[in-house]
Amino acid sequence: MSRNRPFTPKVLTANLLRDGDVVYYTESDRWSLNLADAEVLEDEAHAQMRLVEADDPAVVVGVYLADVIRTDSGIAPAHFREDFRAAGPTNYDHGKAHGQRPGSEV
Amino acid sequence: MYHYSDFDRDFLAERNAQFRAQVERRLDGSLTEDEFKPLRLMNGVYLQLHAYMLRVAIPYGTLSSDQMRVLAELAERWDKGYGHFTTRQNIQYNWPKLTDIPDMLDRLSDVGLHAIQTSGNTIRNVTADHFAGAAGDEVADPRPVAELLRQWSTDHPEFQFLPRKFKIAVTGSVNDRAVTRAHDIGLLLKEQDGVVGVEVIIGGGLGRTPMIGKTVREFLPLDDLLPYCEAIVSVYNRLGRRDNKYKARIKITVHENGIDTMRDLIEARFAEVKPLFSGVDRQMLAGIEAQFARPDFVANTPAPILDPVLQSFVDTNVTAHRRDDHAIVTISIKKHGETPGDATTAQMNLMADLADAHAYGELRISHEQNVILPHVRRDALPELFAALKSAGLGTANVGLASDIIACPGMDYCALATARSIPVAQGIATRIDELKIEHEVGHLKIKISGCINACGHHHVGHIGILGLDRAGVENYQITLGGDHTQTTVIGERAGPGFAYDQVVPAIERLIFAYLDVRQSADETFIDTFRRLGAAPFKAALYPQEKQDAA
Ligand code: SF4
Repeated sequence: MSRNRPFTPKVLTANLLRDGDVVYYTESDRWSLNLADAEVLEDEAHAQMRLVEADDPAVVVGVYLADVIRTDSGIAPAHFREDFRAAGPTNYDHGKAHGQRPGSEV
Repeated sequence: MYHYSDFDRDFLAERNAQFRAQVERRLDGSLTEDEFKPLRLMNGVYLQLHAYMLRVAIPYGTLSSDQMRVLAELAERWDKGYGHFTTRQNIQYNWPKLTDIPDMLDRLSDVGLHAIQTSGNTIRNVTADHFAGAAGDEVADPRPVAELLRQWSTDHPEFQFLPRKFKIAVTGSVNDRAVTRAHDIGLLLKEQDGVVGVEVIIGGGLGRTPMIGKTVREFLPLDDLLPYCEAIVSVYNRLGRRDNKYKARIKITVHENGIDTMRDLIEARFAEVKPLFSGVDRQMLAGIEAQFARPDFVANTPAPILDPVLQSFVDTNVTAHRRDDHAIVTISIKKHGETPGDATTAQMNLMADLADAHAYGELRISHEQNVILPHVRRDALPELFAALKSAGLGTANVGLASDIIACPGMDYCALATARSIPVAQGIATRIDELKIEHEVGHLKIKISGCINACGHHHVGHIGILGLDRAGVENYQITLGGDHTQTTVIGERAGPGFAYDQVVPAIERLIFAYLDVRQSADETFIDTFRRLGAAPFKAALYPQEKQDAA
């Protein structure tokens, strides 16, 4: 049954080793601070392959696949936890994601 | 105040040097993350949702003004200009870079502070009554005992890998402000025939399975304290369940084995370990006690308070001191709409300066996430209040509905299932708009962002627990909890509420209380005890009342 269930699109996310920032893996094999830059993974086999490729312990900690949904304005996290990771805390406007240039890669 | 000995200083310097080397080895690839993670956790370094988090212990909640200034400096130099005071008398920095943390730890060690054992399955920061040494109702100052326990438990070779984390709280007053019955070990100093001893309580805890601690010894001679605690932790270390994380705390060990069996095992182990304590512990305690001598209080004659705003502050934020011409002042870190427990660098520096000017240089941090000036000259209250007010620290709400405990929740915490902070902000803002909290009076609202219950929701008069229900934040409300010496675990009111329905639900509860209380003197919790949950449930779920009609 589960084999027939459509694959939920995913992105690769992690925290940077040195400063802990939330980051997303891009098509160009770099980590970006912005979810909008993330490579959207559309099938399981490709997602698993990219998970292995992305997991560079010298750069990031805790790499995992997070579900996303497609919206008119691009991709958005499927779960509210990932919303907060992408946008920063709701009590202050000072998450590290705030104030970063779109597309800034690290 | 306890001042570090050469031994303490050398120990910290060595630990910090070790950790600096461990960070370097992680960064150069010599250590894997799996190898590094337990090492960083042993030094209070977590990886949270957005960043690393450094948790610094404030032993038994006591700080000198110099220590507070260093906490402020850390926030300014290495974080985002604020720190978060927690429900276990710690301070957390939410945004440090891993590469900066060794420098932060070195700076902390300059003033005798550290982050050791603020994580991991060890004995955590020993907490105490935040009015320790000042309270009018105190039998004995709990801090010397807490300091002795800190020294005994820090780097204790046998207790670094317990089945689960282990928390100890101490109070020296009959009015328990340290939530001792919700700790793995709760210690109550009390007097019998002119001699101070300890009631020892074990097996309390909140979290997934809340339990109220049980007395294992009614009156333990103070001289036996360390060997007895050694015996308790040793029995737990052997019996505690390592097969199931959710059953690993001592509360489950006590529950499964029964308090009588536990007592027998502890007493037997106590008989074995007592001879191994050669009396050095008693000498140490005597030496520590001498360091907690009270300040040389300056007698003063305060003028009558004529300013109603100051009087309102005094009514809520000032507690009786052991001396009539002094006062305990609680500084609310809960300005309406702000994040509970967050203090900026400027505020921390100001509180340190005010402690020097008016309170003999001492401060305390409460598990309720406020800051206390324990010894304030009463004639200084007007000047102190004016200074606090100018820095946004003059909120007169201690013990009232907006003095909310809230854990970091999903805004920061990697374990969270929902947010807590904005719920607290929303409730406090609404209460302020309604201008009712002084009329409502004493009311404890406590919020946790997951079942781990760091926000103590089980023992709130109103408890709020944030959960994830099918990918949506949902909040369970509990009623009738009590965190004092008459500890009660609150009862669940009914189905949970959506995020945007929590503030209206709490508002309905508060108005229901105002409707049914007998008089303004009957507090929320007393009204709840008299009437039970029914009128409050009816207010929470008005639709169901209609449906049933
Ligand atoms: S109660 Fe849960 S969400 Fe809140 S701080 Fe504790 S672990 Fe985190």
